[in-house]
Amino acid sequence: MSTTLYDKIWNDHLVDQQEDGTALLFVDRHLVHEVTSPQAFEGLRNSNRKVRHPNLTLAVADHNVPTTDRTKGISDQDSKIQVDTLEDNCKEFGVQLFGMDDKRQGIVHIIGPEQGFTQPGTVIVCGDSHTATHGAFGSLAFGIGTSEVEHVLATQTLVQKKAKNFIINVNGQLPLGVTSKDVILQIIGKIGTAGGTGSVIEYAGDLIRSLSVEQRMTICNMTIEGGARAGLIEPDEKIFNYLKGKPMSPKGDSWEKALNYWNSLKTDTDASFDQELNLNAGEILPMITWGTSPQDVITIDEKIPNPESEKDEDKKNSIERALKYMGLKPDMAATDIKIDKVFIGSCTNGRIEDLREAAKILKDKKISSNVNAMVVPGSGLVKEQAEQEGLDKIFLNSGFEWREPGCSMCLAMNADKLKPEERCASTSNRNFEGRQGRGGRTHLVSPGMAAAAAISGNLDDVRKYQN
Amino acid sequence: MQKFNKLKSIPAYLPIVNIDTDMIIPKQFLKTIKRTGLGKNLFFEMRYNDQGKEINDFVLNQNPYNESKILIAGKNFGCGSSREHAPWALLDFGITCVISSSYADIFYSNCFKNGILPIIIEEEIIKELSEYANRREEISVDLNEEKIVYGNNEIKFKIDAFKKKCLLEGLDDIALSLKKSEKIESFENDLKNTKPWIFND
Repeated sequence: MSTTLYDKIWNDHLVDQQEDGTALLFVDRHLVHEVTSPQAFEGLRNSNRKVRHPNLTLAVADHNVPTTDRTKGISDQDSKIQVDTLEDNCKEFGVQLFGMDDKRQGIVHIIGPEQGFTQPGTVIVCGDSHTATHGAFGSLAFGIGTSEVEHVLATQTLVQKKAKNFIINVNGQLPLGVTSKDVILQIIGKIGTAGGTGSVIEYAGDLIRSLSVEQRMTICNMTIEGGARAGLIEPDEKIFNYLKGKPMSPKGDSWEKALNYWNSLKTDTDASFDQELNLNAGEILPMITWGTSPQDVITIDEKIPNPESEKDEDKKNSIERALKYMGLKPDMAATDIKIDKVFIGSCTNGRIEDLREAAKILKDKKISSNVNAMVVPGSGLVKEQAEQEGLDKIFLNSGFEWREPGCSMCLAMNADKLKPEERCASTSNRNFEGRQGRGGRTHLVSPGMAAAAAISGNLDDVRKYQN
Repeated sequence: MQKFNKLKSIPAYLPIVNIDTDMIIPKQFLKTIKRTGLGKNLFFEMRYNDQGKEINDFVLNQNPYNESKILIAGKNFGCGSSREHAPWALLDFGITCVISSSYADIFYSNCFKNGILPIIIEEEIIKELSEYANRREEISVDLNEEKIVYGNNEIKFKIDAFKKKCLLEGLDDIALSLKKSEKIESFENDLKNTKPWIFND
């Protein structure tokens, strides 16, 4: 029978399946961070259980870490306790940890690929919804809750039911200034935040194939914002080249064997999908979010929606609520929205290519005097690479702050946050109420669009600044 | 885990769609290393003003909804982050049953690990049930019979048989899976032969 890539990975990881379809799935790679793991380790301790495969587990502190000078440690006591707890737990259970002063430290979804811990055809989980990122490598990667983290630590398996197959084909070429962030925002706008619920999304088509590994990660990362736990892309030469020689990638004989297997990871040409969406890349424009849900998207040329023109009562209420929270008027032009802050970073857009994209726009330019802007590289290695390329100088010269790696203002668990009613152009993934700080107003954009907004002082069209 | 069987309560109705887990429990409360104590911070930003005082308009601040065990809400409840702090906060507040027309996948699965029953039911019925909330009338939920009883009406809901069994008996997933240790071991042994790179050997 013809199968999809998701079917193949699923079948390859079945430890057991009950008659009702409830399956026990083997987990090849488990990423752990400080926020969603303390209660899981505590559970193990209380029931006298061990971590079944410490060598298949990798831990890092990312959500709570300061992005300013770290030599004095973490000043917030609760954050410090959580980071220290992770350290103690890793020591006790023999799990490898990238500590705060390790240059490999960074956002969990950036360090996995960077180290070659993320590999095609594997099942990867983490107590974090953006685990979907790793699907860019042709792995089945999804977020789990803390009880499930404990389950994986104890058994190296997870109880799951099979999801449906959803394929999104994107063909054609992206116009200048349009990036994979715009593609995924456009997709979420089309399917809605619940559009992928109960499904695994495979992204295919010649546009997807033409994207770099990092651009693919941006797309898979935000799959969860479309409601699907996992998004994946058939692995190809670009993926294999990216992984070759990475510290945790297979070596020698193992590499050849792995490559052989990885090459087999393809959706059969006649496989059937439960749902399908086709997009023309040529029609995608630079996107922004205007509201408090990632599905609230418009192009930079468009106007803010008017609730009066919405017939559906739920939708009308939800637009009104969002506009009120966001402090926006119906029908105003997107480019009339003044901003106070710019945040470039996160597991969505905190990789080297993202920083290059923003730096290209900012070179020899100054940001608006009304804007406070910061770059938070996704990992210590991204930071190091950017500094070798002189990107830090471009950012600093333009007026940006250049920070230490972490999740930072994507969810504002550390000291980096918006004040009430402050407005931010952000390369992160969620514009929920209060996400970047209580009362804070978030507009999700690509790194290039964030740079353009920083220069103009309002949301602006990145194409204006393309050379 | 607390068993779930039957429940009777005046439901609280929150007529908002796409309630995300950031709304249910904002990030400043994720710094805990415990599962308990989150109830007072449930729906924090809708529930308290900038001075930390309760906002009277918010349903869960009102009598009798501050003691509701059942929450009725708009579609796509629990979207966003995977934080299990969301069901922990509901549970700690006293809510052990949520009724909505749809849920985000991770939140839905997290509920079952904590003895919370998330019921999926059509939007029309949600509207009917919300009237009971507005009139401060009790409704009851029977998991074994898979039904909600309200006034002289009852409506059936569907639930996965295995999840139902786990809730009814308060079963521990890990203990159940560890009963399959032999199968896990045999899978691992095969894996070492077929995909040796997985174990970094």
